[in-house]
Amino acid sequence: MYPSKFDYHRPSSVQEAVQILSDNPDAKVLAGGHSLIPVMKLRLAAPAALVDIGRIDALQGISRSNGSLRIGACVTYNEIANSADVQAAAPLLAEAAGQIGDRQVRYRGTIGGNLSHADPASDLPAAALALGATLHVTGTGGSRSVSASDFFVDLMMTALQPDEILTEVEIPATAAGTGSAYVKFEHPASGYALCGAAALVSRGDGGSCTGASLCFNGVSSTAVSASGVASGLVGSDLSDDAIVSAVSGLSIPDATGDMFASAGYRQELAKSIGIQALLTARDRA
Amino acid sequence: MAGESNGAGVFGSSIRRREDPELITGRAKYTDDLQLPNTAHCTILRSDYAHAKINSIDASEAEALDGVIAVYTASDIAESGVPGGIPVGWLLPDMVIPEHFMLAKDTTRYVGDGVAIVVAEDQYTAHDALDLIYVDYDPRDGVADPKKATEEGAPLVHDEAQNNIAFDWEIGDKESADTAFANAAHVASLDIVNNRLIPNAMEPRAALADYNNITGELTLYMTTQNPHIHRLLMSLASLGLPEHKIRVIAPEVGGGFGSKIHHYADEAIAAWASMQLGRPVKWTATRTETYLTDAHGRDHVTHAEMAIDANGKFTGLRVDTYAAMGAYLSTFAPAVPTYLYGTLMSGEYDLPAIHCHVYGVFTHTVPVDAYRGAGRPEATFVVERLVDEAARVTGLDPAEIRRRNFVAPDNFPFQTQVALAYDSGNYEGALDKALEAIGYDDFRKEQAALREQGRYVGIGLSTYIEACGLAPSAVVGSLGAQAGQWESAVVRVHATGKVTVYSGCSGHGQGHETTYAQIVASALGVPYEDIDVIEGDSGVMPHGWGTYGSRSAATGGSAIASAAEKVVDKARTIAAHLLEAAEEDLEFEDGNFFVKGSPDQAQSLPDVALQAYLAHNLPKGIEPALEATSFYDPENFVFPFGTHIAVVEVCANTGQVDLQRYLAVDDVGNVINPMIVDGQVHGGIAQGVGQSLYETAVYDEGANLLSGTMLDYAVPKAHFLPSFETDRTVTPCPHNPLGVKGVGEAGTIASPAAVVNAVVDALSPFGVNHIDMPVTSEKVWNAMN
Repeated sequence: MYPSKFDYHRPSSVQEAVQILSDNPDAKVLAGGHSLIPVMKLRLAAPAALVDIGRIDALQGISRSNGSLRIGACVTYNEIANSADVQAAAPLLAEAAGQIGDRQVRYRGTIGGNLSHADPASDLPAAALALGATLHVTGTGGSRSVSASDFFVDLMMTALQPDEILTEVEIPATAAGTGSAYVKFEHPASGYALCGAAALVSRGDGGSCTGASLCFNGVSSTAVSASGVASGLVGSDLSDDAIVSAVSGLSIPDATGDMFASAGYRQELAKSIGIQALLTARDRA
Repeated sequence: MAGESNGAGVFGSSIRRREDPELITGRAKYTDDLQLPNTAHCTILRSDYAHAKINSIDASEAEALDGVIAVYTASDIAESGVPGGIPVGWLLPDMVIPEHFMLAKDTTRYVGDGVAIVVAEDQYTAHDALDLIYVDYDPRDGVADPKKATEEGAPLVHDEAQNNIAFDWEIGDKESADTAFANAAHVASLDIVNNRLIPNAMEPRAALADYNNITGELTLYMTTQNPHIHRLLMSLASLGLPEHKIRVIAPEVGGGFGSKIHHYADEAIAAWASMQLGRPVKWTATRTETYLTDAHGRDHVTHAEMAIDANGKFTGLRVDTYAAMGAYLSTFAPAVPTYLYGTLMSGEYDLPAIHCHVYGVFTHTVPVDAYRGAGRPEATFVVERLVDEAARVTGLDPAEIRRRNFVAPDNFPFQTQVALAYDSGNYEGALDKALEAIGYDDFRKEQAALREQGRYVGIGLSTYIEACGLAPSAVVGSLGAQAGQWESAVVRVHATGKVTVYSGCSGHGQGHETTYAQIVASALGVPYEDIDVIEGDSGVMPHGWGTYGSRSAATGGSAIASAAEKVVDKARTIAAHLLEAAEEDLEFEDGNFFVKGSPDQAQSLPDVALQAYLAHNLPKGIEPALEATSFYDPENFVFPFGTHIAVVEVCANTGQVDLQRYLAVDDVGNVINPMIVDGQVHGGIAQGVGQSLYETAVYDEGANLLSGTMLDYAVPKAHFLPSFETDRTVTPCPHNPLGVKGVGEAGTIASPAAVVNAVVDALSPFGVNHIDMPVTSEKVWNAMN
């Protein structure tokens, strides 16, 4: 497993990094490397240069303020899974990050790399979508913000421009009275999600549902939100029957079919895993 | 380790593997770790097409790349005058044997078939140059399914093999089987696909070839389970070098499961390149190459049926199998679906009529050859699935129908209808022990209660037998083997009483250095720590046939025991001389010779060894030194058996199979090291569970390998598996000096049937009577809906 030759850059600032990207159209950003390096070793990708953003301090760190959680793009899955701040403000993200790969992967892989790579079977996109994350990006032309729902464009395609880097993920803190859960049905070979469901359920004082979100990884070419299920739940008593009934009509457009699982089976899994995620989220609300 | 093990009691104790400290700290040296000065690196361009004509190859850009030493194609090998062949080592009557050259000459026959060789100064350049070789292919249709490959109009892999049939083989008596079916009260019938597997040894194959063009000697370090076989085939078929000018060395070898038995083109290519250049050449497979070139396993399409009388007694078995050979006949491939398969069709049962018919079929795929179990897992799966189906059609409990048909303990030796003579066994003993341990009767009650709640649990039995310890040489020779199957050993007692043991086997994870030392410690009565074991170097030990077929204890261990006995006999003669006593008056206990009743006047083995080396005072006619060589040819195969039980729950919502318990009661005869035996059983079960629930090599209609990476091919992970429960019964092998059988493959042979039987049992309320492996969640979900 020997990659083709490539140049290597290790900028110390985001500005420097985006300038290198701008000057080298065939360059790729290297963060944790757990998606990029394997495809380079397989020679499925042969970037002319790598821009290693792993030593840029501005891309590190987790902070909480004013009801939102900010996570630097180069924060690892392991840091997210074990961060008290994330566990308190966005337990869904911590739960999803803790289910990625294995321990070695979690010590290297980063949230920014994960979301920018936009592998639909990875675990974080659905969580980011369900949590209503805002993605802050910087390019040579300046900085801008993109909502998670606008970020994932298609299979491994995002709203990032070639000279842009995802710098920070901002997540509104999960309110009291809201429960969440990430449930994954794992592909036995890759460990990626054959179907992963990220759920948020909010309960009012009377016990009825005041808000819900249900998003999926692995089922189609991007992470998707099952908005019909969520709107169907609002106002319900959140009983098992209500949840099962809300999910019963779920149909995800353009579900993926491949040698591991047919599109029809993925739809069925989405129902089953979606119900599990909602039930767990309800119990935690 | 000191003090843990001294003398006779060491046989049978769970001494920790002495190999492990080096292996787990990374000190152990594998082939790719070895560095020789001035080594060049070799890569191989592989066909992207399952089937294509090669119009032309343009390597000019690759040759011009800085650091590239040479690019070679098949014509270069042919023009060099070497034989260049990759031979098959097992011949069946009327078998079609197509030419297999070290590189494809004008046609590629599977994705991965070698087309060109790059030799460069470093690995990176060698890989870069592959991208600069332009091959003009004329793609043709390919076929991957062994049954479809025999149909009219299927693309031919080799023009000389009509309907792609390499051989048409049968065993048993068709007439008596047909009569049994004509008179049967019940017939159980199944169509079974035995899924194709990819071995996935942890260490990829590798070779470091060092040809000395002054002496004409080739030293070849390589990933091999059998260095002497590789030396022989390199000499005769591939390189044309005299056998005595080739030394094959197996450094540490990181797993094989059969995949490192076979003689492949790649290691021969590295050796040939070294011969061209007169400098060392290294080739190490990438993981992708291991998927594309390591011989795959299984890949059968079978129809099987059992005739049963009104009392639930089996009266006949008929089996028709299409067994994939892949694109070429690999080293021992023809033996696997024939003499290692059809001969096992009697299972543990007194089956009066059997007929098994097998087509060996060429397909445009990686060649198929022995993979852990090799034919016996396929046979066991057919028989044990069919027995469960027989239970279903007769309404008998699966345990009860087995009892009614077992070969009775007093019926040994038992001659089956398919050539084998089982030497010993107590099948009901193992079944009873397993059923009691699992709580079989209670399980059935719980199962019924859970079904009421919409939960589906199942239990699956696999009462297996296998034939291993390969094997009596004359027997395998009469069946087509172009090899002997005896084994060699040298036991050398040094002047100080320390011992070095050489074996012709070649371990690659089995723990031979530990278990062989245990055998010798017990036989010679010397401390275990004083014994070293050396394997895997054709320049050092006598010819041996290597490690596979669960043979290393039964044949290699027996050779060592036999050599140790010769040492003791010689030492006794010398000791008697030194003690001025008659040999027959001497006792030998804990390493000491003494006259009966006078243990204080003893000559220890080290005392005798010193005298043997000094040779100042030896009895007349006795040669100096103290060592013995033995070549042990077994009288028969050995026949491990047992009962494995799997308990599963299938999820009604997702179809996911949860393997909740797995219990194995094995009878592998006397046990040299219980911990190592347990380890072999655990690994074997994991591999069989892998076949039954997760693993499968997927080819598309055009014979492209879709499951070509670890992202796509599911090797079972630790968290997929329950903690295995293991136990044993002990029925010693009656015909070898240690009473041992084999254990390396038992788990892999037994477990697929146990798991699938459990899933089918769980799904019985849905009218399911069979489900093909791997039993994925989607297949189960479909069966339930």
